[in-house]
Amino acid sequence: MSEPLLSIRGLRAKVEGEDGEILRGVDLDLERGEVHALMGPNGSGKSTLAKVIAGHPAYEVTAGEILFEGEDVLELEPDERSRAGIFLAFQYPAEIPGVSIANFLRTAVNSRLDEGEEMDVFGFQRTLTEKMEMLKMDPGFATRYVNDGFSGGEKKRNEILQMAVLRPALGVLDETDSGLDIDALKVVARGVNRLSEADEALGVLLITHYKRILNYIQPDVVHVMMAGRIAESGGASLADKLEAEGYDWLQQPATV
Amino acid sequence: MPQNETIAELGLDEYKYGFVTEDKPVFKAVPGLSSDIVRQISRHKEEPEWMLDFRLKALDVYYSKPMPKWGGDLSKLEDTLDQIYFYLKPQDQMERSWDDVPQEIKDTFEKLGIPEAERKALAGVGAQYESEMVYHSLKEQWEEQGVIFESIEDGLAKHPELFRQYFSTVVPTHDNKFAALNSAVWSGGSFVYIPKGVKVEIPLQAYFRVNAERMGQFERTLIICEEGAEAHYIEGCTAPVYSTDSFHSGVIEIVVKKGARFRYTTIQNWSNNMYNLVTQRALVHEDAKMEWLDGNLGSKLTMKYPSCFLVGERAHGEILSIAYAGDGQHQDTGGKVIHAAPNTTSQITSKSISKGLGRSSYRGLCKVYDGAEGAKSNVECDALLLDEQSRTDTYPYIEIDENTASIGHEATVSKVGDEQLFYLMSRGLDEAEAMAMIVRGFIEPVAKELPLEYAIELNRLIELEMEGSVG
Repeated sequence: MSEPLLSIRGLRAKVEGEDGEILRGVDLDLERGEVHALMGPNGSGKSTLAKVIAGHPAYEVTAGEILFEGEDVLELEPDERSRAGIFLAFQYPAEIPGVSIANFLRTAVNSRLDEGEEMDVFGFQRTLTEKMEMLKMDPGFATRYVNDGFSGGEKKRNEILQMAVLRPALGVLDETDSGLDIDALKVVARGVNRLSEADEALGVLLITHYKRILNYIQPDVVHVMMAGRIAESGGASLADKLEAEGYDWLQQPATV
Repeated sequence: MPQNETIAELGLDEYKYGFVTEDKPVFKAVPGLSSDIVRQISRHKEEPEWMLDFRLKALDVYYSKPMPKWGGDLSKLEDTLDQIYFYLKPQDQMERSWDDVPQEIKDTFEKLGIPEAERKALAGVGAQYESEMVYHSLKEQWEEQGVIFESIEDGLAKHPELFRQYFSTVVPTHDNKFAALNSAVWSGGSFVYIPKGVKVEIPLQAYFRVNAERMGQFERTLIICEEGAEAHYIEGCTAPVYSTDSFHSGVIEIVVKKGARFRYTTIQNWSNNMYNLVTQRALVHEDAKMEWLDGNLGSKLTMKYPSCFLVGERAHGEILSIAYAGDGQHQDTGGKVIHAAPNTTSQITSKSISKGLGRSSYRGLCKVYDGAEGAKSNVECDALLLDEQSRTDTYPYIEIDENTASIGHEATVSKVGDEQLFYLMSRGLDEAEAMAMIVRGFIEPVAKELPLEYAIELNRLIELEMEGSVG
């Protein structure tokens, strides 16, 4: 267990087919069991980093590496990264009409098993029901079509539900708090905390604009991203400073 | 992620059931069409004189009508029609039980992948093999209820008056060129009669299969559902790959009497060189309900618009259809509803999937006659494009002569997006699984209306096609 859970080195990336890098040399280490908050102004590259970690095809990595449990994942397809233990909670989850959450999640769970193996249907149902109770979700939710006609809050809760069922080693939460009212935020935060308690090795990279969610999920490390780089890292108190003073005090890295 | 490349690998449209079981036709007409062929068919079937006259008149009507200029490309069809056989008879007599069905035909069922248990469950099957019913066993309870479920030939032979009373009343010979052609050379199909007030719980099923190169298939089905009766008829078929163009032109006529309910389900999966031009129409009387559930996979060109003529007050018609157009295929499908009485209601739901150079068109007609007060109709058509090249069009025709009518039309076109694929893949599904899931989800509103074994078959078809072509 010497290597970090996630180690990003000199990562540079751009939108495929376009000029101009969005990530301009990101360095970040996240150890097992740690919660890191990634903050920063709009357009600083936070969400791009999340998508690049998960392997979004629209982005091209031009330099650097992403090591997950010591292995370079840049050559892996998104589904291979998922099965390896990386989970991305989407800021804007896609809608899949006609596919129920239960069916979708069962397929996702089965994709992690060896060929020909299938998870016991009743066992799966029990797990799903239990996780839904934890997230205070109505049992009928499982039969709804994935994100189809969901409110913003329902979508975010659905993301955390998937994380709870799939049990990744690393959860990247991309603005899971945005658009949530305070009650929904508490439910989601408690869900994440419960997952951390259940799996002490779980690593979380929590991307957020606001300090609000950090009142409920205690970060071990806070990073600030500015113009495609980590401009500052520190303890939980860094978030307080950002809340009070904004981002202006941070030195803008030289623009390219 | 090179999306287009992977979609090409999925090959949903490549026909996997391209086997040919060696057949032994007892009678084989010469290719092409003539009044001699028509006489031969009628003589062979030992038909009454009026039917021969009907056929010969229909042949004249067929010759007198021009090839349609709308819909799909029919320019090469005349050549095809010169080469096909208009009548084939694989066996001399009808089979009464499963044990009597010849082994090679059982092999065909076997290759269709119908498991043993499911075959037994298909107990009440009337199966059409080539142009003739070969297997047709009726459940005893149906006979006790007075339900008639026969081949169309037996219907004519055994119930001549009933047959003649309704035959060609819903789809007249002159309705369209292909209805006329079918009227001249029809062979095979079902005759169904549901007596007044009888409710048939188990669907009446006809599983049939076309299996001779260059063979024309002109099945004719006539269904009468008496007052207050209820039934569900299912027709499913799959065909092997041919080396030359093939042709299918059926006519389905249904009469739904006062207060009756009838549902007609078809899943057709034709080989890629098939012209599939079918006329399906129901006459729906007062307080009656008719539902068409129509699935079209495969074929070179399908032109098919199940219709409901709502002729009685408060009659209701529904058309639920799904079409899949793979490379080189054109699915021109939709539905027609004619509101000819007050307070009639209708719903058309059409879903199409296009891939590669495949093209799907929705073509629908909603007509409300003057005096059909309070008529309501709603049309929803959704198209899913699997890649950049695939194409879809919508041709809704609305003719309203009644100002109290209420008509709704909604059309959506969506493309399987990178975001949807990425989302599913980010949960561990590989690209083929992710694509299959999006497609299954899209057709779910139709699939959930199917009886379980057909829903399974539909999903199995899609899954088999996808499994074999990835990795």
